[in-house]
Amino acid sequence: MAKTASVPKPPTPDKPRQSGRASTAASRRTAAGFVGGNRGTLGLVIKIILLGLFDAFAVWLVFAMSALQMWIPLAVTVVIAGLINWIYLGKGKRLPGKYLTPGVVFLVIFQIFVIFFSGYIAFTNYSDGHNSTKADAISAIQGAAQKRVPDSPTYAVNILRKDGQFYFIATDPKGVVSIGSDTQPLTEARNPTRDDTGAGTGLAGYETLTLSQVLSDQEKITAISVPVSSDPGGGSLRTDDASSAYLYKSDLAYDQKTDTFTDGSGAVYLDDGKGEFVTSGGQQLTPGWKIEVGFKNFTEAFTNTQLSGPLLRVTIWTSVFSIMSVLLTFALGLFLAMVLNHPTLRGKKLYRVLVILPYAFPVYLSGLVWAGLLNPEFGFVNQVLFGGAQIPWLTAPLLAQFSVILVNVWLGYPYMFLVCTGALQSLPEELNEAARVDGAGPWRAFRSIKLPLLLVSIAPLLIASFAFNFNNFNVIYMLTRGWPRFSDTTFDIGSTDLLITMVYKVAFGQGGARDYGLASALSILIFLLVGAISIIAFRRTKALEDIN
Amino acid sequence: MTIKTEQPVAAKPERVYVHTKRPFTFSRWARDTGWRHLIALFAVVFAVFPLLYVLSASLNPAGTLAGSNQLFGTIDFSNYITLFTNPDQPYAYWFLNSLAISFITSGMTVFLGAMAAYAFSRMRFRGRRVGLLSLILIQMFPQFLAVVALFLLLSSIGTVIPALGLGTQLGLIFVYLGGALGVNTYLMYGFFSTVPISIDEAAKIDGASHAQIFFTIILRLVAPILAVVGLLSFIATTGEYVLASIMLTDPTTQTLAVGLYSFVSQALSNNWSIFAAGAVLAAVPVMIVFLLLQKYIVGGLISGSVK
Repeated sequence: MAKTASVPKPPTPDKPRQSGRASTAASRRTAAGFVGGNRGTLGLVIKIILLGLFDAFAVWLVFAMSALQMWIPLAVTVVIAGLINWIYLGKGKRLPGKYLTPGVVFLVIFQIFVIFFSGYIAFTNYSDGHNSTKADAISAIQGAAQKRVPDSPTYAVNILRKDGQFYFIATDPKGVVSIGSDTQPLTEARNPTRDDTGAGTGLAGYETLTLSQVLSDQEKITAISVPVSSDPGGGSLRTDDASSAYLYKSDLAYDQKTDTFTDGSGAVYLDDGKGEFVTSGGQQLTPGWKIEVGFKNFTEAFTNTQLSGPLLRVTIWTSVFSIMSVLLTFALGLFLAMVLNHPTLRGKKLYRVLVILPYAFPVYLSGLVWAGLLNPEFGFVNQVLFGGAQIPWLTAPLLAQFSVILVNVWLGYPYMFLVCTGALQSLPEELNEAARVDGAGPWRAFRSIKLPLLLVSIAPLLIASFAFNFNNFNVIYMLTRGWPRFSDTTFDIGSTDLLITMVYKVAFGQGGARDYGLASALSILIFLLVGAISIIAFRRTKALEDIN
Repeated sequence: MTIKTEQPVAAKPERVYVHTKRPFTFSRWARDTGWRHLIALFAVVFAVFPLLYVLSASLNPAGTLAGSNQLFGTIDFSNYITLFTNPDQPYAYWFLNSLAISFITSGMTVFLGAMAAYAFSRMRFRGRRVGLLSLILIQMFPQFLAVVALFLLLSSIGTVIPALGLGTQLGLIFVYLGGALGVNTYLMYGFFSTVPISIDEAAKIDGASHAQIFFTIILRLVAPILAVVGLLSFIATTGEYVLASIMLTDPTTQTLAVGLYSFVSQALSNNWSIFAAGAVLAAVPVMIVFLLLQKYIVGGLISGSVK
């Protein structure tokens, strides 16, 4: 980073400030001048159009959000939209804002906000079975536990459609015709068309489905459950054949006063304070709901024996992996740079291009290609280089760690090679001569003179490279998925997992619950580790001093 | 950016007297540059072999991993045809999706970054230094660390604006644009500052507005850095897996990284040749552009971004 700053700079830091003032003065002057007439007319038109479109979008957003009762996002939208209008309609001091706002809006929403949001999720039990409010969970439980009410009347139904949504037009044994859908409880229909038996068949404004249409949407139609009334305990209508429907009622009765569910056998399910309804015997209803759980996710990471041991091993391996990757790529890159940095070496340019090829190859592909090369049964390395041996390159813990580092060195050394070549060439030639005159051999000259000088410019890049490898998701995930798995845990964690791949698998892994809360807590842990690294990096980087 | 790989070593005076006058002897050649060739050859084999292996596998009609071990045994393009005709893996979609997503993302990244860099390098305002510093700080935290939060954010955005929700490519692009500032701005800021401020002043005197100066004068003068940032952002976006795999679930909307991974991870051995063909097609354009622009990229790489 320091290199960028060594290029010629604008004369003095004060100058732009003066010219900034001069510019407003100049703009006032020229506004009446000969160029002022059509100056910026096009720009103004574009600005007005863009701002108009943006405002229209914001207004639409406000309506959409108020319909969904999302009051906090609505307030945020209003504030941001107001701020943007204030910035773009103003003059003078707001000028920098005009250039910064678009990028900053994205930055704030998709980078800064999500960091804090992660922090919040880390303190909740947000997961596959706990992803909504308690009210949603109660109605979902009631909906899921429905059974046909014995001896209940049979309704004659037809299926209607309007705006892509399905409706039941249902006729009860007394001949009353009603209409309803998944979201809209049964209400009496006005002036329905009826067939010979008196059953309702259609309604103005709705399309009655034919048999073939019903068959093509069979699954959706049998999944429809129309509430009989707005009381969720009242039961709902369902059909198996799209011609007769029966009343289904929840097997579980919810009592609002005591906040409990009771099922047919009389078992009582209580809110256990962990976002679930549970019987005293430990039987649990799904889904649960989201609650704040304090530091539970963090304490669990360190006390749950399923997790704490593997987490410690993963953290250590993540550090080993990053340190080894940096040291080895740097060593190999520097070595090659020095070997190829010789004035009379023929074919130097060709060598350089060939040697950096791995760097140009997309990382996600490299991981997969090496996974094939190192495949124990059929891979090229075992089959051809080791004559058919079955060396478990990616399946034995230690060997897998070795292979992962090997592949990462293959991926990473070209970068170090490029950087070191550049840095070597910027060292003055006189250093060599001076060392020789003082009686230093080539090794001594390298060790005591060149290396320290190189490190001055390369050290910040090494720290950045460490931070990068700390989160080097692609290599690990594409090569081994973090496997071979640890045998002492039910979590999908293995010997080559980095913290970041572990987070990914806890949050989105296949098989097993997706635990967003725990994953966020783990990513907070990475935040802190990376933060510590960054602080060290900042202390050691001179780049910051160049900003003025 | 003063460091360049192809710095004129040749200009140094030593070169002239080393070799011209003394007669050639093998031992001196070996001691001087011969061993360098030997090491370089080893390095080249290490570097290039896996790439040749993929190329060979992609041309092998046997189709399996085991059958790919005979390098360039047969040459046949049937895998490339299967790649585009087999409905199990909509490769053409993946390719176009990757191209479109990366192209839009990198274009917007350049634009947003350039605007911010212009403000930072040409204007003096309160919070400027803090702003620049916090950009570097924020960039230390990779966006995908907050992958859970991004997933939940997008799913609730989706309830209001379905076109931006989970599963949409536009939503993914928006997420990527969250990282548009950061290192790019810092990189560009350095370059913008090398353009003399007197140019701006001259234009102002001629009556140009700040927008005219930015769009018609400055952007042209800083074109090289725009190309570098655009290319780096393009490469980074095509290779991004974590966020893309979470956001895009329908196979026809996926990118190459997500699609190829799920395709090959189901049956690594059996799909090998087809995967190799897909990998070659995915990598070749990136590699060509990278090597052509290598000289320009290196400067940018050294100034900050790390692979």
